[in-house]
Amino acid sequence: MILGHLAVLSIVFFFFGALIIPLVSRLGGWVPHAVAVATSAIVFVINATNLGYVLSQGTIRYALGGWQPPIGIELVLDPLSSFFVLLLAGIAVVVLWHSRYPAAAELPGRTAPFYSATLLMLGAFSGIVLTGDLFNLYVFLEIAALAGYALLGGGSARAAVATFRYLIFGTVGASFYLLGVGLIYLGTGTLNMADLSAIMAVTGVEPLLVIGFVFIITGVGLKMALFPLHLWLPDVYASAVSSSTALIAPLGTKVAAYILIRILYFVLNPDLSRFQLPFTQVLGILGAAGIIWGSIMAIAQKDMKRMLAYSSVAQIGYIALGIGLGNTYGFIGAVLHTLNHACMKACLFLVSGNLMAAGRSQSIDELDHSLRKSMPWTSLSFTIAALSMIGLPPTAGFFSKWYLLLGSIENSAWIYVLVIVASSLLNAVYFFRVIERLYLPRGEAATEEAPVVVADNRLSLVAPVVFLAVLLVVLGLGNVVVVRQLIQPMLPAGF
Amino acid sequence: MIELIDDYYAYWFCFLLLTIGLYGVIVKRNLVKKVIGLSIFQSAIILFFIIAAYKDNSTVPILDPRIEVTNADAYINPLPHTLMLTAIVVGVATLGVAFALLIRIYGKYATLDEDTLMERMK
Amino acid sequence: MNVPQVYASSAPLWAVLASLFAVPAILACTRVPNLREACTLIAAVAKLAIVLTLVPDALNGRAAAIELLEISPGISLALKADALGVFFALIASALWIVTSVYSIGYMRGNGEKKQTRFYASFALSLASTIGIAFSANLLTFLLFYELLTLATYPLVVHKESPAAVRAGRMYLAYALTAGLVFLAGTGWVYMATGTLDFKAGGMLASSGLDANSLRVLFCLFMVGVGVKSGIMPLHSWLPAAMVAPTPVSALLHAVAVVKSGVFGILRVVGFIFGPELMALARLDLILAIFCGSTILLASLIALRQDNLKRRLAYSTVGHLSYIGLGAALLTTTGFMGSTLHLAAHALMKITLFFCAGAIYVHTHKTEISQLDGLGRAMPWTFGAFGIGALGLAGLPPLNGFVSKFYLCLGALDAGQTTILAIYLISGLLNASYFFPIVVRAFLIRDLKNEKYGEASVWVVAPLCLTAALAVAFGIFPDLIAPIFTLAEIIAAEIMQLAPS
Repeated sequence: MILGHLAVLSIVFFFFGALIIPLVSRLGGWVPHAVAVATSAIVFVINATNLGYVLSQGTIRYALGGWQPPIGIELVLDPLSSFFVLLLAGIAVVVLWHSRYPAAAELPGRTAPFYSATLLMLGAFSGIVLTGDLFNLYVFLEIAALAGYALLGGGSARAAVATFRYLIFGTVGASFYLLGVGLIYLGTGTLNMADLSAIMAVTGVEPLLVIGFVFIITGVGLKMALFPLHLWLPDVYASAVSSSTALIAPLGTKVAAYILIRILYFVLNPDLSRFQLPFTQVLGILGAAGIIWGSIMAIAQKDMKRMLAYSSVAQIGYIALGIGLGNTYGFIGAVLHTLNHACMKACLFLVSGNLMAAGRSQSIDELDHSLRKSMPWTSLSFTIAALSMIGLPPTAGFFSKWYLLLGSIENSAWIYVLVIVASSLLNAVYFFRVIERLYLPRGEAATEEAPVVVADNRLSLVAPVVFLAVLLVVLGLGNVVVVRQLIQPMLPAGF
Repeated sequence: MIELIDDYYAYWFCFLLLTIGLYGVIVKRNLVKKVIGLSIFQSAIILFFIIAAYKDNSTVPILDPRIEVTNADAYINPLPHTLMLTAIVVGVATLGVAFALLIRIYGKYATLDEDTLMERMK
Repeated sequence: MNVPQVYASSAPLWAVLASLFAVPAILACTRVPNLREACTLIAAVAKLAIVLTLVPDALNGRAAAIELLEISPGISLALKADALGVFFALIASALWIVTSVYSIGYMRGNGEKKQTRFYASFALSLASTIGIAFSANLLTFLLFYELLTLATYPLVVHKESPAAVRAGRMYLAYALTAGLVFLAGTGWVYMATGTLDFKAGGMLASSGLDANSLRVLFCLFMVGVGVKSGIMPLHSWLPAAMVAPTPVSALLHAVAVVKSGVFGILRVVGFIFGPELMALARLDLILAIFCGSTILLASLIALRQDNLKRRLAYSTVGHLSYIGLGAALLTTTGFMGSTLHLAAHALMKITLFFCAGAIYVHTHKTEISQLDGLGRAMPWTFGAFGIGALGLAGLPPLNGFVSKFYLCLGALDAGQTTILAIYLISGLLNASYFFPIVVRAFLIRDLKNEKYGEASVWVVAPLCLTAALAVAFGIFPDLIAPIFTLAEIIAAEIMQLAPS
């Protein structure tokens, strides 16, 4: 009975969790956290099952409320979407597990709304990924955005200012998306992705539809913080509550990247978006520009969270570059980098959360080598995640870059090869600057160190960070399993 | 040329609204005015959908005993209207959150002017 | 044809793991220094023993190979102990034992801090080096190559002084750039050929790349391995890295790291491009120009260095290019000379660095101008230094002579008189920057310096041992380990000759 509804369960569980948290929060301060973690864990398990089922049995299409598509809304569980839901549930489990003390410390007395909004956002993210309907996607996009504004703007007044700017950008982006959907509806009379794809296969893509897709891609580009539409991102990530950033930075932009993949390679005919319309070329160029710009800006930052935020801009560039390459290696690289970057960024932002929990400043200049004693595990995890960001073997980041590189060479896109090589060096500059601060004393100070207070003492602060760091090495060495078992089945037709 | 204006004047109007809205969002320095611009922008898109649903010589999509259900041409397309109901709700929620943020900002910095705000945030 | 017969064996893996397993053991024993050093020594001996078991097979044209997990579709993390790999692994692991003994004396004698980190990084570096030696394909090679960079970084910055941190930054900047350029080359090779497995005689022959593409690709690889092998203008990190403790300079900056670079050159020349393609696209010329000028320039710069370790560093830069230049000759004798010089230089340069370290630990002198008369106080140390210096200048009966002889033979075989001249001139330059040191130490009298006695036995014994080995290998190249035979096999393999 329930097996028939597997597709919708992720969304239902997240939304149910979001609703139940305000009700049960009176039972104790720990309850919202427990509910949130448990919900994510349940969704994770459900989606692990889903993914296994989809890979062996094929795509599941689920008509919401029994209304048959193309009139009704359908949810689509295919290898691509189940992979993404699994990814976001997995990251959610780890980050929410970590969030117990940081959230309670940074948002005293407001943990129930925090967790409620978190689950709402996660539910909406799942909806974006699962839906097979363009308008429904808009609704989920806005639910996710609204919950995201609440999470990001809930901290300091500075965060409110940054979030307000994000809200303006985000709403304009979503409106662009909606306008594009309107144009497409005007041209084809359908909102269902599969139906739209079938209609376009017959009628071809008229100029009206092209304009529609341009609006959609621009809107999603804004949400994804694709260069040069990334201006909202650094302030927001830097000023928000650490747990919110740790959750939204790895997931929010990835979901937008997912929409791009879905639209360019599944709704549109891949041959069309690759060879006839300049969509992927433009995406690749913007990605490459974003990689360089984000990396340079990251070097210029003094604040750790801002640095990580700009590095996100660069990493989104990698994903865009991979999507833009439009070949098998590029696609593999983009999806693998989505997974890897989600783990890396979550790990790095959790480290920044740990620094804050230990009462440390986020300023890179104020980091010092006492941390190697007081927070050995956190420092070590940061180092591993940083190596992965730079792309050094055998960590996960190396392999996604390897596939992107192969894809660039396959296209004879030597500029992209140069960009990938150069950006790794730029990454090395800003990450080794931090690693140096963490491990080496400054100046001639080989003086005796003051007795250190070990700050890595809470399991829920240390374990998630270490887990992610270990995962990065495992994902690196086991990348072939991911590529073979998970990514190759999701390759679009014609690759 | 005249035809283009005559047949599509509603779309031109809609496009004008879009531009005004975007102008407000980008150019105005007062944060509330930005929100107003945003609201105009969203309304323009909502109107766009409504215009797209309109057909000459047809009526509102409420079942009229004098017109057969099968005679779909006599009704204007109801789907965009229902979609826009959702979009309006989303828009209202966005406005609500925007104002909540503005109240928080005003409470802390006592200004809604972007330039002054930037100065006070330093 | 001379393709080694491959058989499955996990021995190459164990050779890597021997020192990798030592890392956690060393970290665990941080509070018990004696146990910690014992871990290092046990790992070193175990490693050498495992490598030695691979030698007979390499001599018989059999190669132990193991494929671990797949790291990219169609490309495995694969290890293969072919003759060249075994040769390099043998040198590195044998000298690790000596260096470990020396390190104990040096680090304790100097009261260095963070010794646990030192030994752990050292073991990790060795694991990476052996991994490089046994890599069966480019991606595995690259993986260990980058790992080596990371593992040696803590050793370079060991002193944690501003100079050390600067040197560390420089090292990373050079090495990471090289690694990434190498990565780009690797990707290109994969897209062009669909494989990354090393193949004696070259794997690019059937790639269909035109000459200009080959030249660009060759330059990518040369930048990739050129940094670690100190080819000018990519050498600056090496003299800067001399701030590291002397055992690091000795093993890593004379043997493991820099030799990984030249080992990379041999792999690139012999196993990726192959002699035929090298000659066809005139790639040998590119290599010869850079290596030849490096030899002369480095020797000239070495003349002007007063700091002993810096002089040694520039001498290393020059000698590394001997090997590259030998490979550029594309003759059997040239490859033999290169391989032999890889071993000979390792043995002699490590002796010289050990001496420099012994002098520093015992007297805290770093400049050559301060060494007056010290030879009388430290006869063993300076005796060994003299042997190393003579060997590097290429005088018989030392092992430096044998290798240089073959390099010169190679130049004659190839009919390259310019290269022959370079080798001979550089021999003179070597003599002129090394002999003044020995002369100063023994012949100029300085009573202040003569009050010092000989350094501790922990540091003197290793350096005497390596000096003795240098002599032994000079007279009987196959006496202790079949270095000479291995070199013959390697050269034959690369040149695709039937085994002699």
